[in-house]
Amino acid sequence: MRVMAQMGMVMNLDKCIGCHTCSVTCKQAWTNRAGTEYVWFNNVETRPGQGYPRRYEDQETWRGGWELGKRGNLKLKAGGRVQKLLGIFASPVLPKLADYYEPWTYDYQTLINAPLGDDFPVARPKSLITGENTKITWSANWDDNLGGASEMGELDPIVAKLNSSVRRESEEKVKFEFEKTFMFYLPRICEHCLNPSCMASCPSGAIYKREEDGIVLVDQDRCRGWRQCITGCPYKKIYFNHKSGKAEKCTFCYPRIEVGLPTVCSETCVGRLRYLGLFLYDADRVTEAAATPDEKDLYEAQLDLILDPNDPQVKAAAKANGIPDDWMDAARRSPVYALAKTYRVALPLHPEYRTMPMVWYVPPLSPIVDVLSNQGHDAESRETLFGAIDALRIPVDYLAELFTAGDTDVITGVLQKLAAMRAYMRDVSLGRDGDPSIPESVGMSEETLYEMYRLMAIAKYSDRYVIPTAHVERAHELEEIGCSLDFDEGPGMYESGPFGEASGKPAPVAVETFNALKRRQTSDTAMTSDSSGELQGRVNLLNWDGNGAPPGLFPSGKGQRS
Amino acid sequence: MDDFLWGVLPYLCIASLVGGTVWRYRYDKFGWTTRSSQLYESRLLRIGSPLFHFGILLVFFGHVGGLVIPESWTEAVGVSEGLYHFNALLFGGLAGVCTLVGILILVYRRRTTGPVFMATTKNDKLMYVLLVAAIVLGLWTTLVSVGAGSEAHNYRETVSPWFRSVFFFSPDVASMAAAPIQFHIHALVGMALFALWPFTRLVHAFTAPLHYLFRPYVVYRSRDKAGASGSRSGRPGWSGVGTTDRDRQR
Repeated sequence: MRVMAQMGMVMNLDKCIGCHTCSVTCKQAWTNRAGTEYVWFNNVETRPGQGYPRRYEDQETWRGGWELGKRGNLKLKAGGRVQKLLGIFASPVLPKLADYYEPWTYDYQTLINAPLGDDFPVARPKSLITGENTKITWSANWDDNLGGASEMGELDPIVAKLNSSVRRESEEKVKFEFEKTFMFYLPRICEHCLNPSCMASCPSGAIYKREEDGIVLVDQDRCRGWRQCITGCPYKKIYFNHKSGKAEKCTFCYPRIEVGLPTVCSETCVGRLRYLGLFLYDADRVTEAAATPDEKDLYEAQLDLILDPNDPQVKAAAKANGIPDDWMDAARRSPVYALAKTYRVALPLHPEYRTMPMVWYVPPLSPIVDVLSNQGHDAESRETLFGAIDALRIPVDYLAELFTAGDTDVITGVLQKLAAMRAYMRDVSLGRDGDPSIPESVGMSEETLYEMYRLMAIAKYSDRYVIPTAHVERAHELEEIGCSLDFDEGPGMYESGPFGEASGKPAPVAVETFNALKRRQTSDTAMTSDSSGELQGRVNLLNWDGNGAPPGLFPSGKGQRS
Repeated sequence: MDDFLWGVLPYLCIASLVGGTVWRYRYDKFGWTTRSSQLYESRLLRIGSPLFHFGILLVFFGHVGGLVIPESWTEAVGVSEGLYHFNALLFGGLAGVCTLVGILILVYRRRTTGPVFMATTKNDKLMYVLLVAAIVLGLWTTLVSVGAGSEAHNYRETVSPWFRSVFFFSPDVASMAAAPIQFHIHALVGMALFALWPFTRLVHAFTAPLHYLFRPYVVYRSRDKAGASGSRSGRPGWSGVGTTDRDRQR
């Protein structure tokens, strides 16, 4: 047994209101630079929907993740090592920019500079790729809130799969008529997998998993832009920076995690639906678990990898493997361990990709509850809810395709636990005695159910985020390990080197942070780039930190510095 | 003049190539990339890029065979000059044509696809000119040889000895000077290309990821070990103060 620690996240989908705050704050923090306009480390998808990039879940097209070979061995779906190297000159299944979207801005200058005339001036959309006028046809969440679902709903790979399966009779198909449809939100970040296929695809070996906390990072100094990781990742959460020519991905906000702060997406989450904490897992058994023959057993196999931090054997092994005591303590208090393993209500996203993802989801009960209350039922009572979970096959089937490789029993079990929690706690909060038969019916005790309620419904900040800090005496080394996103128009950016965009040695994070802070605090102008070119003078309010006025916001008066 | 061209210039080029590469690797690892433009356009790239790259790999091995291996060795294993020459012209010509067609597709794509053209630097343009020139001139030497038939100049008695002698620090200027003009121009353009190599995106060829075939799929890296994590090694005079926690980790 080799015990390793892994930072994990759980998202409680029932609470997600689809406000995209996580996406926007993440973008502000990490990808508001040239070359990463289309990059969303965090995005929120409406399901059913196509996702981002479009139809990324259709692995028959995109060849992401792992599959089992003839002898039951684990191999990359996109092909073995030799095959990957032969395809290196033109990656065979790389998503095009059109599969994401062409980023754009608006020509705001016209609104100010247009001569007086009969017509209102308009700010025309300008492509951020070519700088030319463009026509906006798609974006990162074009089908938000089921927009266009009646036309394009069938393009959701899961809907397509459910609707095409033979066991399904025609009237059971996923419907997109207004009264019959359902939806929920699915926020996604990098899964920081235990068995990452992006890493396995990288010819340079630039992608690595940190031994200490399992965060998967791209070494920007070793990445050579071979683009194989983008194909390899089934979640399409590795993006190609088209200016620097390097791969970039969600960093789990490692500079924040190291000092005990939650990630930006978690910290700013309005619904408070994200949980951060440690998992302990057995690194020696990962490959074996990922090669489980039956897809539907993958969820259990993944749970088996997660070790119990209270088990004396695990404790001894963890000590031998050099996991500090305060980390063991954090592992015992870990909310993600509780939700995934103790209560078993959090499920991995697409376990059938065999990457052992470490961002888990509590499936939403809300589509079912909404349908019930619309029909005039008492959606909180146990009898109605339990019956409805089974009766409303479509959401359960759909959720099963997302979280359990199609095993509806697991989903039903989880949803029943959530329903039981609601029904039981309703009695308690109305001042009645709790009905002990309710927790019993889902195989839980009254105490555990109550604890689960505390964690899921009260969800105190200190309970949601249990993040052990990296050891202070190592702090200097941590920041300088050369995997950061510190280049080109990032905060405290440095000039481009002579070999094209963003070449040159990257500045250490610490130096950069210091410079950025200093510049922000001492300057009276906003931190916008004064790059010349087609889009000069555009006003990007997203990049404006409120300090001073960005150039171009106001027309320049005479004798005034523009 | 010959002394400078074939006795001095090669060493300047090697100095630029080796020194430039070392310098770039030390100071610009972040800029060391293919700078792929596949995200912008992939239909033409999918034809042109493999054609060019596989072609140029063959051309490279052909040059190694022709320049590094002495004529006496191939004759020792029973390959006559005529047979060798025929093979070299046939396969070299084919590989050269593939490379040329590939790079012409790529240049056409680069010029006509808006986003790709916008991402093209001056550095790239210079590099493309040299690269295309080297390929065209190489094909020209081949064509001249084909045209001359059995009378063709045997570069393995002039260019190759000179090439090898350069690496023994006693450049055989006279041999090279005896070669026809087309070989001279091709060699000069080639030297210019190699001198410029470390300063262009061509550096990605030096990090061809062959080690991918041998490395484990999952890479663990400690954030703790200085030096194990890529570019940044500990600075001399700044060794950390030992603490119990650190010692336990080691």
